[in-house]
Amino acid sequence: MADEFEPNILAFCCNWCSYAAADLAGIGRMEMPTNVKVIRVMCSGRVKPEFVIKALSQGIDGVLVLGCHIGDCHYITGNHRTLKRFEVLTRLLGHMGIDPRRLRLDWASASEGDRFTEIVTEFTNTIKELGPNNLADYHGRKAARVSQ
Amino acid sequence: MEGKEEPRIGVYICECGLNIAATVDSEQVAKWAEDLPNVVVSKFYKYTCSEPGQVMIKDDIKEFGLNRVVVASCSPRMHEPTFRNAVKEVGMNPACFEMANIREHCSWIHKDKEKGTKKAFELVKMAVAKASLLTPLEPDEADVTHSALVVGGGVSGVQAALDIAGRGYPVYLVEKEPTLGGNAAKLGKWFPLQQCAETCLGSCAYCILVPDLRDCINDPNIKVFTSSEVEEVDGYVGNFKVKIRKKPTYVDPKRCVACDLCAEVCPVSVKNEFNLGMDERKAIYIPFKDAVPKTYTIDKENCIHFSEGECVENPKCKEVCFWKAVDFDQEEEVEEVEVGAIVLATGHDILDADERPQFLHQHPRVISTPEFERLSCIVGPTKGSLDIDGKTPEKVVFIQCVGSREKEGNAYCSRVCCMVTAKEAHTVKQKLPDAKIIVYHSDVRTFGKTHEEFFVKVKDEGVEYRRRERDGDIHVEEKGDKVVVKCEGHPDEEADLVVLAVGMIPREDTLEMSRILNVSRSGDGFFLEAHPKLRPIDTFTDGVFLAGSCQAPKDIPDSLAQASGAAARACGIISKEKLLLGENVAFVDQDLCIGCEACLESCQFNAISMVDKDGKMVAYVNEALCKGCGTCIASCKSGAIQQRGYNDEQLLKMISVLAESEPGG
Repeated sequence: MADEFEPNILAFCCNWCSYAAADLAGIGRMEMPTNVKVIRVMCSGRVKPEFVIKALSQGIDGVLVLGCHIGDCHYITGNHRTLKRFEVLTRLLGHMGIDPRRLRLDWASASEGDRFTEIVTEFTNTIKELGPNNLADYHGRKAARVSQ
Repeated sequence: MEGKEEPRIGVYICECGLNIAATVDSEQVAKWAEDLPNVVVSKFYKYTCSEPGQVMIKDDIKEFGLNRVVVASCSPRMHEPTFRNAVKEVGMNPACFEMANIREHCSWIHKDKEKGTKKAFELVKMAVAKASLLTPLEPDEADVTHSALVVGGGVSGVQAALDIAGRGYPVYLVEKEPTLGGNAAKLGKWFPLQQCAETCLGSCAYCILVPDLRDCINDPNIKVFTSSEVEEVDGYVGNFKVKIRKKPTYVDPKRCVACDLCAEVCPVSVKNEFNLGMDERKAIYIPFKDAVPKTYTIDKENCIHFSEGECVENPKCKEVCFWKAVDFDQEEEVEEVEVGAIVLATGHDILDADERPQFLHQHPRVISTPEFERLSCIVGPTKGSLDIDGKTPEKVVFIQCVGSREKEGNAYCSRVCCMVTAKEAHTVKQKLPDAKIIVYHSDVRTFGKTHEEFFVKVKDEGVEYRRRERDGDIHVEEKGDKVVVKCEGHPDEEADLVVLAVGMIPREDTLEMSRILNVSRSGDGFFLEAHPKLRPIDTFTDGVFLAGSCQAPKDIPDSLAQASGAAARACGIISKEKLLLGENVAFVDQDLCIGCEACLESCQFNAISMVDKDGKMVAYVNEALCKGCGTCIASCKSGAIQQRGYNDEQLLKMISVLAESEPGG
């Protein structure tokens, strides 16, 4: 247990759906791994592709971007933009030498606390399988985290 | 400026009783937070949101000269407003307050206290990083125009206009047709009928509706535009600019006394739309005798004066008009008005029964429920007689759910047809006590107040209700000079009269209106409300509200209730002196903007436009239209667009502190 890799994961959640889903998961005391830390934005459309690239290149092991379901966006089509941008971004990551599986775009409505839990658990497991983000080596932090 | 000051941050880690403390060592987190950059004071407390908790923060702001406060406790969706108000009370700018969610997002979802404590610190670290970059913001305000526009002069629009005008605000009411009243004016009796005299076979339009329409047109606060359309809407909540195009009617309504002399001499007869084409009107006409405004209109398309340059008739309508009301030189007018709020009450269309050919609507013995309304009405084309070819019908068959609850087509329930059918069956019973009446239904939905009681009464009167499968076959065939209704699971019924209960459909111009007003439509084509449960009257465009059947099929009482609701919502805006603009709106650093227009394309709310700045085209955000989603910022390559409370610098800082090493390490 002691040397199990504990990934450092960032999640962007939109205020209206996925952040509320995360709150609901809390209210429902749905247990999940501690690896994911949430940054709240008003809409998933706010998440600049650069944020993801910066996060991964600075050594964060995985990035989740969670919005409202397509068709349910509080801002009508903000998440359509997100979807379009992330199709391109996913391909770009591959070219940059970053495993695209370190980024996951998904949707959770404000009533889907269980779905949020599921996504967080699944994604944490995926990143654990992928191992530490090798770009973290560049920042000299990988060793420190593995020995936790 | 507070913003230029060195950040002095106070950090408060809540225990929330044991809600947080059970899995997060708040004391430890507070201790770790002491060493974070710019943190002046860091404390933990049992219930930070309590009165003593708030007093502690307020005292610290004064004692330590704090200009930023971070509270790590529950979700900001819960207590952010509480703490913002608290810090504001002692003069700190509420925009400099930040929260870390260590309850819903940490203590409640984890069991391992060591890991939970570490995660809580990560979240606090990120919040502190963001807080150090927060800038004080003053909420922007906009002036408000104290008047409203109502689009549509049916029952809903008229109710909304009367309500708003009743509170003392000017209203502009725009109606496409020459008369107010809409679909409801064409109905016979309105259900529920409990208040009506059994013996009355008249039209509620005359008794109930027309007086309301007259109140509307006589109200000094309401300016009614008939034969007019909303052509353009510009601006935003509190300050809309509306272009209204008024078509010429070629009759001066101020002079016309509706004496009918002009129509008597008019040589042109065309189908009368008001009676659904079941009789004729002249090219100069009034939609119905008690139309409001009570004035004639020339139908330009059919008038010989316009088609041939000179009317053959002698004397002509213009000559017989004693009041000199006929004016062939009248021109189209465009009027611009300014309003603070808009009520959209454009109503519905009725499904054309010809579109469902299996029901043989073109046969003279097959009519639709709206046609029945006109025929049964004492002021209708047959003066209330249901006779066909001079013979009284002996058997009348009603078919429900024509164009509603379809497997392919309109999936929704039109909500009124069950009661319309029951009412019309009751009317047949009143008029023709010996007639046999059969109703084919696929579930009777009489859910409104007193509706079920009425339905039971109609059944007790001897109306036979036969249930059919919703998707089962039902169709009408011709047989001699009669028709036969063939329904799966039931014997064939030869009928003298078949009445099809046709559903409500979105108006033909819904798409056009949705574009003019930037209002969304739902899958079925009706206007979309902002939230199906919590905001059933609002649209996604602030300041635009929905009333009546333009949002979904509705009966009259429900439409009026929504209209009064929409009026109240509109008054909530136009009664204000100033409107506070959104706190998360986007803004442009025009020196950085390269004019690529990527943001323009990403904005759903038309909030961004290009403006000339010293000969360079740059983006400009209209704060009143901006909803604060931040989608434009993600598309900005130069970083020129930013968002209050969520700018790039703040979010990037949160990302990089998270990427840094573990606490205590």
